[in-house]
Amino acid sequence: MKIHEYQSKEIFSNYSIPVTNEVLCYNVDEVKAAVHKLGLPVVIKAQVLTGGRGKAGGVKLAKTAEAAVEAANNILGMDIKGYTVEKILVAQGVKFNKEFYVGLTIDRNTKSVIFMGSKEGGVEIEEVAKDNPEAILKFPIDPDLGMTPFMARKIAFALFDDFQLVKQASDIFQKLYKIFLEKDASLVEINPLVVTDEGKVMALDGKMNFDDNALYRQSDIELLNEPTEDERKELAAKESGLTYIRLDGSIGCMVNGAGLAMATMDIIKYFGGNPANFLDIGGSSSPQKVIDAMTLLLSDKNVKVIMINIFGGITRCDDVARGLITALDEMKVDIPIVIRLSGTNAEEGLKIISERNLPTVNSLSEAAQEAIRLCKACN
Amino acid sequence: MSILVNKNTKLVVQGITGRDGSFHTGKMKAYGTNIVAGVSPGKGGQFVHEIPVFNTVEEAVKKTGANTSIIMVPAPLAADAILEAADAGIELVVCISEGVPTLDMIKANSYLKKKGTKLIGANCPGLITPEESLVGILPANIFKKGNVGLMSRSGTLTYLMVSLLTSNGLGQSTCVGIGGDPVAGLYYQDLLQMFEDDPETEAIVLIGEIGGDAEERAAQYIKEHITKPVVAFIAGQTAPPGKRMGHAGAIISSGSGTAEEKITAFEAVGVPVARRPVELPDLLKKQMKK
Repeated sequence: MKIHEYQSKEIFSNYSIPVTNEVLCYNVDEVKAAVHKLGLPVVIKAQVLTGGRGKAGGVKLAKTAEAAVEAANNILGMDIKGYTVEKILVAQGVKFNKEFYVGLTIDRNTKSVIFMGSKEGGVEIEEVAKDNPEAILKFPIDPDLGMTPFMARKIAFALFDDFQLVKQASDIFQKLYKIFLEKDASLVEINPLVVTDEGKVMALDGKMNFDDNALYRQSDIELLNEPTEDERKELAAKESGLTYIRLDGSIGCMVNGAGLAMATMDIIKYFGGNPANFLDIGGSSSPQKVIDAMTLLLSDKNVKVIMINIFGGITRCDDVARGLITALDEMKVDIPIVIRLSGTNAEEGLKIISERNLPTVNSLSEAAQEAIRLCKACN
Repeated sequence: MSILVNKNTKLVVQGITGRDGSFHTGKMKAYGTNIVAGVSPGKGGQFVHEIPVFNTVEEAVKKTGANTSIIMVPAPLAADAILEAADAGIELVVCISEGVPTLDMIKANSYLKKKGTKLIGANCPGLITPEESLVGILPANIFKKGNVGLMSRSGTLTYLMVSLLTSNGLGQSTCVGIGGDPVAGLYYQDLLQMFEDDPETEAIVLIGEIGGDAEERAAQYIKEHITKPVVAFIAGQTAPPGKRMGHAGAIISSGSGTAEEKITAFEAVGVPVARRPVELPDLLKKQMKK
């Protein structure tokens, strides 16, 4: 889960990390009031849950009140990668002489939280990583020790020359690590972290992502979630124990297991078809889950054929079959279904299906080809 | 021989009284796995499938000599269950639970390292040494004893692959599902080395998926350390970037972690990659003849 810059900086501020003075605005009148309060110059920044807003024109420096209003008018309502700007942040302009990048994320290989720092801040860090990977310093943090003062100092000395700055920065680094742990983050980033003309180390921007698996114990974070329409559908699915991602094809897929669901999408594409979605009904399927999954698939008007691919492990094929029969009884299904069942209790499942004269196929390739054939026949 | 589990495995099931715990205990027992105990706090003294239930893992180990644990408890309780198993001296912990917070897994892995305990998962289907021991939720009937070692980040995709291997006459030494989470226990490198050292394993199948760089690292490891033939498959060749494909680890972020990069990494070190699951058995046979 992602949150906005202003929300990340509120969290930073609660942990006493210095951030810019700023006001969140929804309209131009609020921007005028914010400028009055903060003084000039100000920076107007689009608040959207995607990157690349600078390039899209979503960040503007304004030296006069008129310029601030004009910038706000331009940015509010702007479309950035499919996200409409509804909120803007008006931040006090700060004079600074140096920009740094600092971030914390999960490192799969050391199985720890890793701290990343770079003197090349203020630009997209992905580009630095690609063009000049040595410019990003990496420090895995021992989970038993945490971010010790010496480690924070070591990192700060690698980035700053002046001991006054090192002291401020190492304090910030320790706080960032604390935030990461206490909020179950998956990413905490400051880009740029600047040194102001007055010699103060400060976060000019902020970004935080969170571990979806830990949201159950982070209720204050969960409240900040602003899902898009597609994400709302995905979230509703998740509540029924389904993982759903909408795509743009016409073959609706129902699969158990993420890997098999991906392989099913791959094979549909391989034979020239287009999957309408990724849908993992997970393990431990109750018949209700299958009913929920059918409802979800049928709610997508692009779906012309449903392809069910189940390899039972913890999922029992007879549960799936029973759910499917109930779903067919309860709702009007007027599109063809291709079914493949194998694994745990497959025989029982197939028996239930065959009693209803529903067609089944033996292999994944066969299922994909049959779904594509039926899909073409619909057009 | 085989790796990790065999006839000497003495299994304790943590979460044995739950719906899934009880169901799969029955399946594992029917397969012939030596299940010596179950654990469910507050339910000590009961029996599930005639297996004694204890309140703590420590008690189960003391009374039954269990050396391996399988965890089938709700995700918020899973990391604690892993720690409890390690504390009780269990050698191998297999965590099936799905949705465990990443920071919990980091903490658990750190403790396990100190105790010398091996972990598989979380969010994995477990493992099987055919005709000896099933520790997990894998459908037993598709496996056949043989000489192919298999490892995978995915559960059900593994079942598909195994059924293809078996129907093509390729039996398995041990099959391991390592799980789809960003931070997991044993990784490809660990298992590759175990299969390399196992005299019963003649060839290795590696099933990967998009996200992270575990497959790229595995390719490098194969180049430097593995002499046995290896064949791979990567799921998610058509997955769109920025979307988490079910597994917490399966996401293409800022253009890295794609299937194409992983396929290239394997082919560069002489590991052929099947484009479709059905192609894998023939590729494997060809490699084994070389």
